[in-house]
Amino acid sequence: MASLVGSRVERKEDKRFLTGKGRYTADINLANQTYAIFVRSPHARASIKKLNIDKALKSSGVVSILTGKEIADDKIGGLIAGWAIRSEDGTEMKCPGNPPLAKDNVNFVGDPVAVVIAESLTEAKEAAEKVEVDYKVLKAVTSTADAMNGDTIHEGIDKNLCFDWLLGDRQKVKEAFDKADKVISIDIINNRLIPNAMEPRACVADYNAASEEITLYTTSQNPHLSRLIMSAFGNVAPEHKLRVVAPDVGGGFGSKINVYNEDIVCSWAAKKINRAIKWVAERSESFLTDIHGRDHVTHAELAVTKDGKFLGFKNETIANLGAYARVFGTVTPTYLFGPCATGVYEIPAAYTNVKAVYTNTAPVDAYRGAGRPEATYTIERLVEKASMELGIDKTELRIKNFPTAFPFKQTLVHTVDSGDYVAGMEKAKQMADYKGFEARRRESEAKGKLRGIGVTSYFEACGIAPSAAVMSLGCGVGLWESAEVRFNPTGQVTVYTGSHSHGQSHQTTFAQIAADELGVPIENIDIVHGDTDKGTFGMGTYGSRSLAVGGIAIVNACKKIVEKGKRVTAKMLEANPEDVEFKDGEFIVSKSNKKKTIGEVAFACYLPGVRDEMKSPLPEGDEPGLKETSFYDPSNFSFPAGTHIAEVEIDPETGHVKLEKYTACDDFGRIINPMVVEGQVHGGLAQGIGQALYENAEYDETGQLMTGSYMDYTMPRADNFPEFNIGYTCTHATTNPLGVKGCGEAGAIAAPPTVMNAVIDALGGQEVTMPATAEKVWKACKNLKKSNSKAA
Amino acid sequence: MKDFNYHSAKDSKEASKLASSSSAFLAGGMTTIPSMKLGLATYKDLIDIKNIKKLSGIKVSGKSVTIGAATKHVEVANSKDVKKAIPSLSSLAEGIGDPQVRNRGTIGGSIANNDPSADYPSACIALNATIHTNERKIEASKFFKGMFETALKKGELIEAVEFQIPEKSSYQKHPNPASRYAVVGVYVAKHKSDVNVAVTGAKSCVYNDKEMAKALSGNFSSSSIDGMDLDSSDMNSDIHASAEYRASLVVTQAKKAVDAC
Ligand SMILES: Cc1cc2nc3c(=O)[nH]c(=O)nc-3n(C[C@H](O)[C@H](O)[C@H](O)COP(=O)(O)OP(=O)(O)OC[C@H]3O[C@@H](n4cnc5c(N)ncnc54)[C@H](O)[C@@H]3O)c2cc1C
Repeated sequence: MASLVGSRVERKEDKRFLTGKGRYTADINLANQTYAIFVRSPHARASIKKLNIDKALKSSGVVSILTGKEIADDKIGGLIAGWAIRSEDGTEMKCPGNPPLAKDNVNFVGDPVAVVIAESLTEAKEAAEKVEVDYKVLKAVTSTADAMNGDTIHEGIDKNLCFDWLLGDRQKVKEAFDKADKVISIDIINNRLIPNAMEPRACVADYNAASEEITLYTTSQNPHLSRLIMSAFGNVAPEHKLRVVAPDVGGGFGSKINVYNEDIVCSWAAKKINRAIKWVAERSESFLTDIHGRDHVTHAELAVTKDGKFLGFKNETIANLGAYARVFGTVTPTYLFGPCATGVYEIPAAYTNVKAVYTNTAPVDAYRGAGRPEATYTIERLVEKASMELGIDKTELRIKNFPTAFPFKQTLVHTVDSGDYVAGMEKAKQMADYKGFEARRRESEAKGKLRGIGVTSYFEACGIAPSAAVMSLGCGVGLWESAEVRFNPTGQVTVYTGSHSHGQSHQTTFAQIAADELGVPIENIDIVHGDTDKGTFGMGTYGSRSLAVGGIAIVNACKKIVEKGKRVTAKMLEANPEDVEFKDGEFIVSKSNKKKTIGEVAFACYLPGVRDEMKSPLPEGDEPGLKETSFYDPSNFSFPAGTHIAEVEIDPETGHVKLEKYTACDDFGRIINPMVVEGQVHGGLAQGIGQALYENAEYDETGQLMTGSYMDYTMPRADNFPEFNIGYTCTHATTNPLGVKGCGEAGAIAAPPTVMNAVIDALGGQEVTMPATAEKVWKACKNLKKSNSKAA
Repeated sequence: MKDFNYHSAKDSKEASKLASSSSAFLAGGMTTIPSMKLGLATYKDLIDIKNIKKLSGIKVSGKSVTIGAATKHVEVANSKDVKKAIPSLSSLAEGIGDPQVRNRGTIGGSIANNDPSADYPSACIALNATIHTNERKIEASKFFKGMFETALKKGELIEAVEFQIPEKSSYQKHPNPASRYAVVGVYVAKHKSDVNVAVTGAKSCVYNDKEMAKALSGNFSSSSIDGMDLDSSDMNSDIHASAEYRASLVVTQAKKAVDAC
């Protein structure tokens, strides 16, 4: 039987999606349901003096109006940060309370203060307009860089500082810098982004008074984790009385990891009013209240010798957490950021210091890449600048500092099991026709245009994560994954996974893996996920972990099935279990022609007897049935890596940047389905290029979001991109049986510095901040003209 | 969205009779519907004018192109007649918004709305258009009064827009990357006796840049406006572009337009 792993199997989910048969949360309508509208703060920072619902209660169709007071009275807990970070001075991070409905203070525009539940959506909206809230408006803190000097937002949190964290050794770094021939330094901003999943958040909460069970349908990347948080911290219901279902989910990119206010409020309120409640975010609510991403201000330095050897690295970053610390809010700018900031290089001494600050803006949390795009941007902008200042070719300088042997003990945390960075660089250069660039530059110049080329070599740590390691660093949970493989008596297979697909194609790729492991046709395999009532448990999907962790759990569960199958076959065919081999769906007794198919074995496991004979096919100690579970805890992160090369052409008169060429050469380890991987790379690149050239979430000084719709927030579109030139090198991960590394975030990680390095190259080394909008680039072009004319 | 009454008018007369101070005509709805959904506008009555046959269609004569007010952007973009008579006008229509917007939005709605960044108003100015309403004819130069403001009276319905066919013309738009409206759009048209340089996006309302028009009347070449330093003091400034940048774009886009003529 040909192996399915590695082939372009068409997506099983496409038929459903392309024919409009997907079932998203907003498609779910329950009998007698009500509709919720949230009353949100129009101010970035205010105290609530008075909240009056009398008029609103009289509005037509109103079922109930609940506020911060009721939720506090019912002792419903708030939203939490999932990772405890300790400051350099040994103190624990400081987190404010984050009640699902604000009672005393609001801290960003969109912070909910009340929920209006009515018979229809229109009535709910009309009543919501009649809720009177008397705010005392306070001075907002909105700037990342100045947050520590602003008014104290949360009582008791000095300088708005959540933590001041250090990774690395300042003394060693100082010594390295003392020895340097040259210090390259850079001041950069990693711009704030809004994830903009195609499907806005939504939830439908239902209460069953007979079983006293709450069912919450919600747009989540991790239903089990949401249940755990809502139960353990939200106090909404005990876990066995709370079912969380995340059906088809239209994109997450990290923004649907968190349990949100609306999930908790609707679940709690559904029980209170004993009716189902539906809430669907409008796009403007998504802009305001989905978690945002990135938002760093960084000063970084690289100490180098004159022939281009890297000696030391410093990274001083202020990271904006927004108004509250959320699930991955504190780990994103620390352990997901710091370790990767030294990039793919051997740098003997390094440190990363991060000051995480609160501001009166939407909470910032994990967004595709989470910390690693910020890290890669820091080091790769710095390395590019070093190449300019040292006059060493940008690819040579990188190669000079690549590790040559694997495992590679990276400076700060990780031991990278496998890779071949030189091979990746060489292949990328060839794919991009790096050599031909100068000729293309001259062609552009002849047309009055500027042309630049940019390179990025990256690695990232994903496949999160070994539980003992992450829990030692403050993570509140283990990051293993579970799988359950269940045979039906008639031979089809259902695979339950704890990871979640919201665009990642699990239904296809996971079925390919199971089909190969079990020798069952792929049509007979169903992948089930997204429901806490189905499957054991799961930590969900983020950090490119679905395959490298969840996929391995499936492999391991399949292996257990095969082991039992061997025992059962041995008993049935009167052989030694050690003599039974499994291949392509058949259990074969070696050196004989005796065999059983896996279907026959499954049948025997469920119907363990024979007519007229007191005889079981099951060996002693084996129970009937054929179902196995695995909880897989990885032994290490996985480390995709690669080199990307971009070329841009700039019109100096308008500053318009045209991305002419984009080459991505990645090492994702073994590839399960090349078509799915291409999709992941394309999507990641689109978001990464979006960050570099288009996207920016801007608040004004009063904390109003200036880019709260697609009229002002530039989502990149297909016509903004050239045809992507995608290729691979391959070194298998040595830390998991499939040899896989993960591919979901690479594009978003590598693209921003690649594109910006190209823009800055075209601009003769002048810094511009992301996004490189036409106006910023136009200004730089004017400076270039001035300095050129001075030189002449 | 608040509830409203929907009317479908069968002719101009009925449409204007139904109009009141709390009504709007519903053409493509591409401006009206989003503003109602966002709560920026509320109307008691929406008067659909798409079923008024007379308002749709394109007529070309030797001197002019006349486009019915309810003609969609996509129809103007694809019209062979318009492409032949005034190619810049069909390419303007092709550059409005996205396919969904072009499949619904209309020329009448666009100019009645007079968004400071809309494209069509510049065509009206550059191509010496006459706006035909159910009551009168209005010259384009007297039609666009200010930001979202026109010479239309309550209940007055645009029936058609008549564009003068120029000797040559070009529209060059620097789009806002988010909305794709014009940050600055310049429509240059060379007629037998005059040159118009209509600018949209730069100020609170579309205008004819007399200084550039004069320079180009003397010598219709981009070199005659190259390096012109425009006063930016009354130009728009927002998160997408400063006034200074807009001033520079006006000249750049005008040069591009002249070169493309
Ligand atoms: C996403 C998006 C992108 C867009 N991008 C662009 C762009 O790049 N460039 C651009 O120019 N425009 C753009 N638009 C606007 C678009 O061109 C609209 O079609 C136009 O503004 C309004 O036309 P409409 O037919 O939809 O009018 P409607 O929304 O139906 O009406 C708008 C107003 O005009 C009035 N009105 C309509 N018809 C008449 C008439 N015959 N007589 C008198 N009054 C009338 C109505 O009463 C109403 O007040 C965009 C719109 C959207 C939603």
